[in-house]
Amino acid sequence: MSAASAVAAQVVTSTLASGRSKDRDLRSILFLGALWLSLFFGVIVLVALIVDTAIKGSGRFDKELVTNYASIIFPETTGFKAGIFGSIWLMVCTAILAIPLGVMAATYLEEFADTNRWWNRVIEINLQNLAAVPSIVYGLLAVAVVAIVGFDEKGVLIGGAVALALLILPVIIITTREAIRAVPQDIRQASYGLGATTWQTTWRQVLPSAVPGIATGTILGLSRAIGEAAPLIIVGLGVSVLSVPEPGIAGLSDSATSLPNQIYNLANQSRPELATAASAAIILLLVMILGMNAIAILIRNKFTRSW
Amino acid sequence: MSTQPATATTSPDEPLGISLSIDEEAKHSVIGEVPAEAVMDTYHLNVFYGDFHAVHDVNLQFGKNEITAMIGPSGCGKSTVLRCLNRMNDLIPGARVEGAINYHGQNIYAKGIDPIAVRQHIGMVFQKPNPFPKSIYDNIAYGPRVIGMKVDSMDDLVEGALRDAALWDEVKDKLKQSAFGLSGGQQQRLCIARTIATKPDVILMDEPCSALDPIATSKVEDLMMQLRKDYTIIVVTHNMQQAARVSDRTAFFTAKPDETTGNRTGLLVEFDLTKRLFSNPEDKRTEDYISGRFG
Amino acid sequence: MSEATTPAGPSHGTGLRAAIDLSHKVRPGEAAIKAVLLTSAIVSVAITVGIIVTLIQPIIDFFGEVPVGDFFATEGTYAVLPLVMGTLLVTVIALLLAVPLGLGAAMYLSEYASARARRWLKPTVELLAGVPSVVYGFFALQFVTPTLLQDIIGLEVNFTNSLAAGLVLGVMVLPTIASLAEDALSAVPMSMRQGSLAMGANRMQTTLRVVFPAALSGIAAAVVLGMSRAVGETMIVALAAGAQKKFDADVLTGHQAMTGYIAQTFGGENPVGSTPYNMAFAVAGTLFVMTLILNILSMIVVRRFRQAY
Repeated sequence: MSAASAVAAQVVTSTLASGRSKDRDLRSILFLGALWLSLFFGVIVLVALIVDTAIKGSGRFDKELVTNYASIIFPETTGFKAGIFGSIWLMVCTAILAIPLGVMAATYLEEFADTNRWWNRVIEINLQNLAAVPSIVYGLLAVAVVAIVGFDEKGVLIGGAVALALLILPVIIITTREAIRAVPQDIRQASYGLGATTWQTTWRQVLPSAVPGIATGTILGLSRAIGEAAPLIIVGLGVSVLSVPEPGIAGLSDSATSLPNQIYNLANQSRPELATAASAAIILLLVMILGMNAIAILIRNKFTRSW
Repeated sequence: MSTQPATATTSPDEPLGISLSIDEEAKHSVIGEVPAEAVMDTYHLNVFYGDFHAVHDVNLQFGKNEITAMIGPSGCGKSTVLRCLNRMNDLIPGARVEGAINYHGQNIYAKGIDPIAVRQHIGMVFQKPNPFPKSIYDNIAYGPRVIGMKVDSMDDLVEGALRDAALWDEVKDKLKQSAFGLSGGQQQRLCIARTIATKPDVILMDEPCSALDPIATSKVEDLMMQLRKDYTIIVVTHNMQQAARVSDRTAFFTAKPDETTGNRTGLLVEFDLTKRLFSNPEDKRTEDYISGRFG
Repeated sequence: MSEATTPAGPSHGTGLRAAIDLSHKVRPGEAAIKAVLLTSAIVSVAITVGIIVTLIQPIIDFFGEVPVGDFFATEGTYAVLPLVMGTLLVTVIALLLAVPLGLGAAMYLSEYASARARRWLKPTVELLAGVPSVVYGFFALQFVTPTLLQDIIGLEVNFTNSLAAGLVLGVMVLPTIASLAEDALSAVPMSMRQGSLAMGANRMQTTLRVVFPAALSGIAAAVVLGMSRAVGETMIVALAAGAQKKFDADVLTGHQAMTGYIAQTFGGENPVGSTPYNMAFAVAGTLFVMTLILNILSMIVVRRFRQAY
């Protein structure tokens, strides 16, 4: 019971003698009802979305959905192999690029930086701003970054991965900082008191304790990345791709697409078979993303330690 | 080991460039009998947090293999002084120290001194037991590992530290279990064992029993008396009986509010042998405090 | 005990020979790690610099070819104001939906739900933010417009229209507003509620007249951040708001939004360096500045009106 409701309960008890609660008058009940509706509106929409899409896509929950490439000629068996594998590849590359960088940056800011220095405050404000930059702008940046690195071709895997990594880097930094900040000061003091260095304290005490929080933030960041299409359009992903990137480094310069981009390409098609296939693919995408979110929430709720 | 530096005696004669109302008292500390052989001393120690003057001009000497207690009302700066003694105050943003703290003749606040090396020699036990979220064994082994101590057998070292902390018999069968499973008193003794595992010279204790029940407190006090043979111990406590029971020397601090800002600045009132300070205090403020008229 | 290094500098303190070495140790590993971590942190600043550098050259090229007046015009091939109009229309609709519902949800979570319920309800609301925007766009196109607006409500809307896009966008930013507003409400100290309840106010009065005003700065920041997300969202408007550049406010028809234009330009076959290509950068620059202003605004609101509880 929240403290507010505890206090309210006392008030209610005290008014029981008069036979009516002040929280039970008509306006209060209407107000509470409106709050309930607000809370469950989103859930209702989510359910409507999933049910509607699942019904529309029900004809296409078959093997071809995963094993076939996109086809306009045979729309009834068109598949999302390129998008599914592309998305998985993108996620792996994004994770490799963004997680170490993000965790390291957050570690520096929390454990090493002197917050009184102006440049550290600049980094701080900058991070907050970056988290609000539209995702499509990251696509433009990624085109430039990839060109500098030497990939001139549009629509290659590495371009998409860079765009997504840049996009989720601020998210990872911010959530990792929160996780690090939640580690009690006691632990750091004990470690410093024994003569440990800052890095020893960070590596052996702070980071291990912060792992659940970092994992939660990272999974949420990646689940955002896997659903993004806009920056990938900018880097040229999403035009009809009929291949899967080669495993390994060589695959980085292969052309690729992603599941959201394939869905986007189909959304405007008038053929009903393609809309059905897109609906089925959306369910697939949602299962992946909601699954990742569920894991993140479970980690957060399970490992939240009360110090 | 080292002769006593000829610096720390009574109040300062030379101006420190700090103008505070409390400076007007020419002689603000009564210094009684000082230890013959001091491991550490503070010399005109002033501590600031930003603009706030937390501790004013403390001159103290800590005797080898003695227990020195620092007592006084809350906000009197005793914990602040303690945290300066191994440079734990460095971790607080905005903290600044003037004067000197000499450890075997070296000013630990001098340029070129490594605070990490200082802490390897001067260990610390905190107010609230703060074991690491690791096993009992790893809690002890952590210190020796991080400072790169050469040990023949970590098992022996862990056992030795736990024995010295009078904890071995209670935990020898559950060394691999989490330290969080121990009782509060056991956790605090584990923290002491963890500190002595790195073989420090001085052990600082910041109200080590304030979170413990009376039985656990008496165990920790017994342990402190034991450890005095091998270590120099400096303990902050606001339990006067504890200071009287365990310490050889006592320093009494008080807090003086600034007349304009109302900020309370801590200062040393009296420093003497414990039995003399408690039986026959020279300063009226000490007498008021230990007789319970103030505090 | 400690490794023997030559003491740095002259001896310290009172001039006695150092019996114990306390001099600064050189820790190359430690220093290297710190440098690596610092570099990582600097990358975050480099991203911002990179964005600005990336945008600036094509924008200069664009304004070399197109007069500034033609860009900030309400009609014409290179006019940005119809796109801004498209963005603002969907944003306003989104906020009309998301602000009352988001704040309602936040008040319920903060003032009425038990701690146990909140632990599960809040992540559930946040799940809405996890749904990819392309899915929302598809939903707007395939369900909201044909089924909800046309069949159930009976509105004469076009296949693509700002109303459906705005409504779905509202659903998308709802969790952002709800979550941040809940944080702001929860931060109001319990003593203020107790003071109100003790004077005989009921929970509704306490929530609306005490807690809500006390949390106003945080709530305002939540709304501004929600707005910034709505302005920057691409896929919903690209799919559901259409591709017609129009400078009017008829929400039953489609209006291309700024992000929609950028996506269309890059999704198409415009050669690098062509005027439409460069215009996409100019639009992106405008968008970047808009979201930056909104974001700075939210930070100022929080800082300026932060209550010292």
